[in-house]
This record gives sequence, structure tokens and C-alpha cells, in this order.
Amino acid sequence: MRYLPHTDADIADMLSTIGITAIDNLFETIPADCRTSQELSLPDPMTEWELKDLMTELSQANATLPETSVYVGAGSYDHFIPASASYLLSRSEFVTSYTPYQPELSQGTLQAIYEYQTLIARLLGMDVSNASLYDGASALAEALLMAVRITKKNAVLLSSTIHPLYRRVVETYLAPTDCTIELLPMTQTGETDATTLSGKNDYAAVAVQSPNFFGCIENLASLAETTHENGSLFVASFTEPLTFGLYKNPGSLGADIVCGEGQSLGIPRSFGGPGLGILTCRAKNVRHMPGRLVGKTVDREGRRGFVLTLATREQHIRREKATSNICTNNSLCALASSIYLASLGGTGLAELARLNYDKTEYLKTKLKKAGCTIPFSAPTFNEFVVAMPDGFREKYSGLAARGIVAGIPLERLHPALDNHYLICVTETKTKGDLDKLVTEVTT
Amino acid sequence: MKEIDELILDDDVRYAEDHEWARYDGDLVRIGISDYAQDQLGDIVYVDLPEIGEEFAKGEEFGTVESVKAVSELYMPVGGKIVTVNDDLDDAPELVNTEPYDGGWIIEIKPIDPGDIDDLMDKDAYIEMLKEGA
Repeated sequence: MRYLPHTDADIADMLSTIGITAIDNLFETIPADCRTSQELSLPDPMTEWELKDLMTELSQANATLPETSVYVGAGSYDHFIPASASYLLSRSEFVTSYTPYQPELSQGTLQAIYEYQTLIARLLGMDVSNASLYDGASALAEALLMAVRITKKNAVLLSSTIHPLYRRVVETYLAPTDCTIELLPMTQTGETDATTLSGKNDYAAVAVQSPNFFGCIENLASLAETTHENGSLFVASFTEPLTFGLYKNPGSLGADIVCGEGQSLGIPRSFGGPGLGILTCRAKNVRHMPGRLVGKTVDREGRRGFVLTLATREQHIRREKATSNICTNNSLCALASSIYLASLGGTGLAELARLNYDKTEYLKTKLKKAGCTIPFSAPTFNEFVVAMPDGFREKYSGLAARGIVAGIPLERLHPALDNHYLICVTETKTKGDLDKLVTEVTT
Repeated sequence: MKEIDELILDDDVRYAEDHEWARYDGDLVRIGISDYAQDQLGDIVYVDLPEIGEEFAKGEEFGTVESVKAVSELYMPVGGKIVTVNDDLDDAPELVNTEPYDGGWIIEIKPIDPGDIDDLMDKDAYIEMLKEGA
């Protein structure tokens, strides 16, 4: 089977039409030293069955669930995805590649986005959600840029308990701007040190993640209050939205902007992406919010309809004065989360969150009894830090070889936390799994 | 959209090239946008107002006005410090459309240089400019 639709004759014909003799002529504007003169180093062509064998072989090198027992969260969580979600998501009407500009053609897609915005705003206790961004880390960066636009102040405070990779994305986003980043230290209990906030008046925003990178629930209400006294906006970030099935949401605790990662809500982990960037704010700041926004309205006959709204902030109308360069969203992932949330319902969400919490507490208690130390006393959701007995590092590799990934070692990201591991337990783990983990780890 | 001779252009205000108007009100200068500007923008849905106490130079952007189809910047026709903003526009931005010189005023400033206003166009000069642009 040929994959290239043009014959040599077609190509010669096209070249002569535009008045050149060789395809290489098209690339002459690229400096010679930026072009390679060698052939690309690619393996020889394969037959389809040879290629299939190769791919199978490669895929066997992956550690996949459920064959591997993975206790890793840290921003990406293993949750059961109901078949209803996967099925509805595969409907061809939804698997479309482009943003719906034309309401007369795209009512279904627009309604799906509108429902996503509604569900997310309710889950987080906020007034408005945009149609989604790429992932939690870039959502945090956009939230901070938004705070800079609103307050016209040019510095932000980030809690050092925010996911280290999120902080790196924020650094990358803010690097070309004049905005400076300062870190708030953490306490012995694993939370943001609120005492260091007093008197810090010249900042656009204070950003805190809860549960934070170490799984600890932050005291958002008190942090938000101090932040507001200082004249800054309070940005609440999250990596595990299921938390808000059990704990109070950031909106009800005084956050001005709530942002985070929605992968937990029915999206497969897929070795790191695609994710779902969630960004919500208060109604008064909606004009500073980046990204697409769908609104509900009525047509001239009074019938309900959905349409992109507040588009005047956006690049295609406002050009270089646009609120941001974000002109797209992760619609399919947003849809997955809407189906997931609608499938669970309010009660289901609360029950599932409780299950995650209870299983995590079970493991925490068992590990403690078996002699491990839980260094941070703050409450947690489905993730916590444990200090393992000396010499665990070798055992960790041994367990991994046998299909048990006992959390992630924190030493690489936080050198002070030598021999500390971040462990995540979700509903997918059984009591038997947890008991086995404790036995394996402590004997 | 209105023809130039259909525009309502007040005699007692002065006009800037960016279609703002300015009018003395005691020591203060009241600022809005002209009938031409509101007509070009269409239905206005939001006016982003500056903070009281902020100071802007002549020609500096002090806010934006958003219609259903565009967002336009507002520029100071006269430099000065913001004394009052028209809070009525929060709930009724359409006042800029319906009464551009009265209820639809946007800000009131204490001018840095009271002579600035003399540099602006009177009604006739403004009409002339609009005709040249047309």
C-alpha cells in the first residue's frame, strides 16, 4: 500500500506550475547550515506484520496496570474509568479536531463544553470555568499571568509545596516576562509556612496547592485571608480534583482563581498525557481569564442555544492586545471529565472520595504499625509521605522488578527527604494489595 | 451606521483624534467617547474603568470599552489624575451608546496641565477630520 498520494509525474507537474525544478528549491530560504546533507538515520522499511511484532515487543517493555501494582500518584492518578465514559467518548461526533466557532453547526460540542464548565465550576465552588487548557501545570502558569494582569503587580509567591514540575513550568512561562517568582517555605508538618506571608504586600498572587505535592491538605482559608489582607489574589492549585468529593473546595475557602489537573476525572494516565487543564475564577475577573468560554443564550425565537462568548478578549479579534495566546482547549479530555462526573453524580463522587481516603488511611496506619515513620502530620487525601526503614532503596528496586512500584522516591526532587517515598492509594487497590505491600516493604 | 451629518456632536466638548471627548466641569475635566465612536463600536457591553487616584499622561491608555464585536482602548485626551469614574456603567454600559455626552461619561480627572484641553479639536475641526477619514 502506498501512503504517498502523488506520483513523480504529479510532482513534476506541480513544480513546473510554480516555476521551479526541484523540491529542494522550496527550502532555499532555510540557511544551508540548518539543513542536513545526510540521509536520515532510519531503519529499513518493514512489512505490516514485522512492524506489528516490533510494536508488541516494545510495548512489553512498559510496566502497565493492572499487571504492575503501582502506588505512584504525584500528579497523575490511577482511577477506574467506567465503560460509559470510554464508550461515549469514542462517538465520532465528539472526536473532532477543531474549536467550534460556528454555533449553527456545533450545538452538541458547545453544549458539552458548557456542561463541562458548569460541572467544574460547581466542583470547585467557583463562578466561571473556561473550556479547559492543556494541563494542570500550564493552568497554574496562566492563573499567575492572569493575576498579574488583574493586579498590575509584577511578582508572585509560590508555595514550595507546589508540585516541583508545576513550579518549573511556571518558571518557563514567566521567564520572558518581568515577573519575579519567590518561594514560600514549608513547615515541619508538610504545609505552607503561613507566618512568612505577613507584610508581603507587593505581590500579584500567592499560589498554594492542596492537597500539596506531599499529599498534605493546606489551610487554604487562612492563607487566602492573609493573602487578601496583603492585597494579592489567592490562587489555589490542585493535582487531584477527586479530593473535593470529601474536602471543602477551594472556592468556598476564599480562592480567587482555582486551577489544576483534571486527569483524575475519567482520563487515562497514558504515560503522562494528554491531561486536562482546569482554570476557574470569580465572575468579576472573567475578562482577564485566558481561553475559550462557552455561554448559554437564546436565539431570536427564544430557544436555548450555546455560543462562544467573551471572544472579544481573544486573539482572533483583539490581536496583540488579546488577554492571552490560548485560543484552544482540550475538548475531548474535558468531555471525558464531564461524562465521568455526570456518571458518578454528587453522591458517587463523595463515596469514591471517601473510599480513596479510607484506603489511604488504612495503608498509612498499617505502615506506621510496621515501624515506618509518617513525617508530616497534616491531614491527607489519597497520597502521603512515608519515611522507610534504612536500606529500603535496594528493596525498592527489587520490588519494582517484581511488579510493585512502592511510591516515588522523593530524594531526587527534594534532597533533604532522603529515604522518603510519596505513596498514593486509590480505589483500584484492594485490602489484599495493601496488606501485601506492607508485608513486602517491612520484611 | 450613521452618516457624518447624522452624528450628534456636542458643541460644549472638545474632541481627540482617538474619538474621546473632554469637557471642563469646574476644575475637573470630564471624559467620554463621541457619538461617532459609540456608533462605530455598536452595542457596548462592558467598560473597564481605571482606579480612582491613578494618574495617566495625555495619550496614555486608561481603560477599554467592549462591544459585542470588539474591544477598544480608551486614551487620555488630557493628562491627569482620576477623581471619579462613572460607576453607573457597571450595570448600564449601554449609556455610552444612548447618552455618550451625558449619562455615558466615563471618567472625571484633575488635569495636570489645564491648557491641554485647548490642543483638542472643536466640533468643526472634528467633523473635518471625520470627513477626511471617510
